[in-house]
Amino acid sequence: MSYIAKPSVAHKRLEKNAHGLTVRDYEGSLSTLCAGCGHDSITAAIIQAFWRLNIEPHRVVKLSGIGCSSKTPTYFLREAHGFNSVHGRMPSVATGAAAANRELVYIGISGDGDSLSIGLGQLCHAIRRNVNLTYVLENNGVYGLTKGQFSASADVGTKAKRGQVNRQQPIDPAMLALTLGATFVARSFSGDKAQLVPILEAALRHRGFALVDVISPCVTFNDHQGSTKSYMYTREHYHEVVEADLVPLRTPIETKQGEGEARQVRLHDGSLVTLRSVEPGYDPTDRDAAYLHLRKLAKAGEVATGLLYLEEGESDMHEMSNTSDTALVNVPFEELCPGQDALQKLMNEFR
Amino acid sequence: MQPTDTRDPDYYHRVVDCQWACPAHTNVPEYIRLIAQGKYTESYMLNRQSNVFPGILGRTCDRPCEPACRRGRVEEKPVAICRLKRVAADLKGEVDHLLPTAPEEKNGKRVALIGAGPASLTVANDLLPLGYDVTIFEALPKPGGLMRTNIPSFRLPAEVLDTEIDYVLRMGAKVHYDHRIESLKALLDEGGFDAVFVGTGAPKGKELDLPGRQEASANVHIGIEWLEAVHFGHVEKIGEKVLVIGVGNTAMDCCRSSIRLGGTSVKVMARKDRRYFKASPWELEDAEEEQVEIIENHSPAEFVLKDGKLVGMRFEIVEWHEDDKGRLRSKTVGDTVIDCDDVILAIGQDNAFPWVERDIGIEFDEWGLMKVDKTTFMTDRPGVFVGGDAAWGPENIIWAVAHGQQAAISIHKYCQGKSLTDRAPNALELTSSKMGLHEWSYANSYNPKPRSKMTHVDLAARLKEFSLEVELGFDPDQTALEVRRCLNCDIQTDFSSSKCIECDACIDICPTSCLTMTPVAEESKLRLALTVPATNLDQPLFVSDALPQTKRVMVKDEDVCVHCGLCAERCPTAAWDMAKMDLKIPHAK
Repeated sequence: MSYIAKPSVAHKRLEKNAHGLTVRDYEGSLSTLCAGCGHDSITAAIIQAFWRLNIEPHRVVKLSGIGCSSKTPTYFLREAHGFNSVHGRMPSVATGAAAANRELVYIGISGDGDSLSIGLGQLCHAIRRNVNLTYVLENNGVYGLTKGQFSASADVGTKAKRGQVNRQQPIDPAMLALTLGATFVARSFSGDKAQLVPILEAALRHRGFALVDVISPCVTFNDHQGSTKSYMYTREHYHEVVEADLVPLRTPIETKQGEGEARQVRLHDGSLVTLRSVEPGYDPTDRDAAYLHLRKLAKAGEVATGLLYLEEGESDMHEMSNTSDTALVNVPFEELCPGQDALQKLMNEFR
Repeated sequence: MQPTDTRDPDYYHRVVDCQWACPAHTNVPEYIRLIAQGKYTESYMLNRQSNVFPGILGRTCDRPCEPACRRGRVEEKPVAICRLKRVAADLKGEVDHLLPTAPEEKNGKRVALIGAGPASLTVANDLLPLGYDVTIFEALPKPGGLMRTNIPSFRLPAEVLDTEIDYVLRMGAKVHYDHRIESLKALLDEGGFDAVFVGTGAPKGKELDLPGRQEASANVHIGIEWLEAVHFGHVEKIGEKVLVIGVGNTAMDCCRSSIRLGGTSVKVMARKDRRYFKASPWELEDAEEEQVEIIENHSPAEFVLKDGKLVGMRFEIVEWHEDDKGRLRSKTVGDTVIDCDDVILAIGQDNAFPWVERDIGIEFDEWGLMKVDKTTFMTDRPGVFVGGDAAWGPENIIWAVAHGQQAAISIHKYCQGKSLTDRAPNALELTSSKMGLHEWSYANSYNPKPRSKMTHVDLAARLKEFSLEVELGFDPDQTALEVRRCLNCDIQTDFSSSKCIECDACIDICPTSCLTMTPVAEESKLRLALTVPATNLDQPLFVSDALPQTKRVMVKDEDVCVHCGLCAERCPTAAWDMAKMDLKIPHAK
């Protein structure tokens, strides 16, 4: 929270993207979250990803539910369409919006409370339907807005700021998504933009549901000793499994030198994702192996990060439901609303 | 790259570009804040601590601070620092009780100052409060030196000059007017002074030795001599067609004076093109506003006479280009005669020391200047000091003040028998400006307004009355706006690496992309690895100690930081603080 507006002045040599825009043009209003909140870093990473992908802000729909995380769409892409929905119900609204207009880019921002407690059912079904949506789950393990009670992602043994220890099993959104057939599953950390930004770029370019679980320390209620979602703990137990890099369409491919086995996955729009297994033998295109590996790391108390699983080419919601190829807004009115006679004719078919 | 030592007073001093660029290191941001608070008297006194003549300098300073001002890099134009200085001087209240005073009991040491210009007056200002017996010898009937005789009264009113000079002299300096020193040897041998300071300026205007010069001498004037004659009323008019040769600030004063003394067609003749003009841009603008024509690329060749009287001047028209070694070369492409009644030569000034004997232990260099130590301002003869234009040739008032302060320190040490080179360093005081949650003791929000424009007296009015001051000074609205343009560069972003949890909040919020966390590297690599590469090599990088969690370093490019304090507001652990810097600059004491 600040009293002054962020100065409009920017660095004169700030780089511009293909639309002649700087990252400053992708900002929203000034955050009112606690100073040092992981969510603000994720917001900054989202701004960078959209800027780097040259996506025009007005072609984006940003949606959220309720919670600290769900406030953040206000803080990026001020020119985008926005919908701040009911607690846990963002996936339904996103599904409806995507059904009506398939030509826009959809990003949903949620938190561990919004997604894993009240909205768990909604999340599961959006994954099943494979809605073309980048779903960012800002995961801090506590209910920040209500002063730091454990959320459904709190690890067994983690300590609250007041000293209570959690005994209930956590829900791991990445493993949940894998079991539900998600086609894009990633985990990252708000304090590592070098990893997070390319993951977000790949997620935005992926056709279908992309879950990006981001560990995002709650600086006020969950950044103390004994917490398993603090900045310090996450850095100490950080375990990068796969390094991802997106090469957008029409960009010459340069092979980056690095350790580990590299795989390339061609996305629906033609861009290429390079996945480099930091963990020897890990295959980010093998769902079962990925699941086993994540379980093993979770048991050891490690935070597995990276683009953990990617499968391109699965049918998305539009293909499965055989929807119109054009956005409804572009369908001529007579076709979209054929009138009383056509309705009567349809009704008669069911008699 | 090694971690930055921010406790070295020079590091943060350099961040305050204006204060760093000012020869006298005036605390600009603080005096602007005082103006913003309506504390004009306090602002005036703070100014006076460093530059002794705020009212004079607020109208006439060459303003090395303004091209340095960070605002000029962030936007187009710097803060109107000089104009604000004048606001403080114009609106100040009673200052008599705040001025330095001389003690009743003297310290028994006698110091002679030769010339009553800004350098000598500064020495007097610093030495009189310490109990020195100060005697000033001035060749002219009034004090002020070139401040009085060379700056026309329509730019610097006599009252302002008299008042500020009096603040110094009233402490008990003995001034001998109309007393030109003809022999330094005699003064040293017979004066009985413990130390002598030479502040005689560069009083000799350069000559232009071209055909016809001697024959036309009745209508060819040396700029600074002519301005002096105008000041003392010896010259009251000039011909209608006037050519001013040269394009420095003296030329501007000559052409504008000519316009007021009967000149109807006044031309400033420049050998080079505008890029190479010596005059400050604002002085050129002011002259052009008064219908002075500035003609480029005309090299004087001959004074043209008819019946023994000056009627014009012949010029070669030249073109300039750089040769393969980057030196500027000219090529003559034509020839022209321009009619005129009078010519004023303003092509520079020389020092002249015919009155300094060559056998009294003072070494001279090949240009006829005394050899003066750059730190102590002492010549090879112990006890003889030099400052201002007399030391290394023409500069401007603020340099003379800075020289005077350093010379005063040396004279004081010399008279006490202390080492002159053992000088106190600058000292740094840092105080947090935090008042509460997101509240600071300075106005941290950024004001995007452009620089205020000075309003001038109506053109017709100023031509009627020679001494009518042209610049009206900022009005209250302009002042209120201009003070908020200052970026408060003295409120330093002070970083404690041990508190940092590397949450990125400061980096994400910084409006001008100054911050980066990155593995440490050597400076050249680090500069390129930043959020926006730091290509302005004049501006330093701050590099922190290794950060606790990842061992990276926090790097700040000082270049375009607007000191908005948002990094400190967004910092959850107060690793960033906005700390107000107070630089203690030693004066004679």
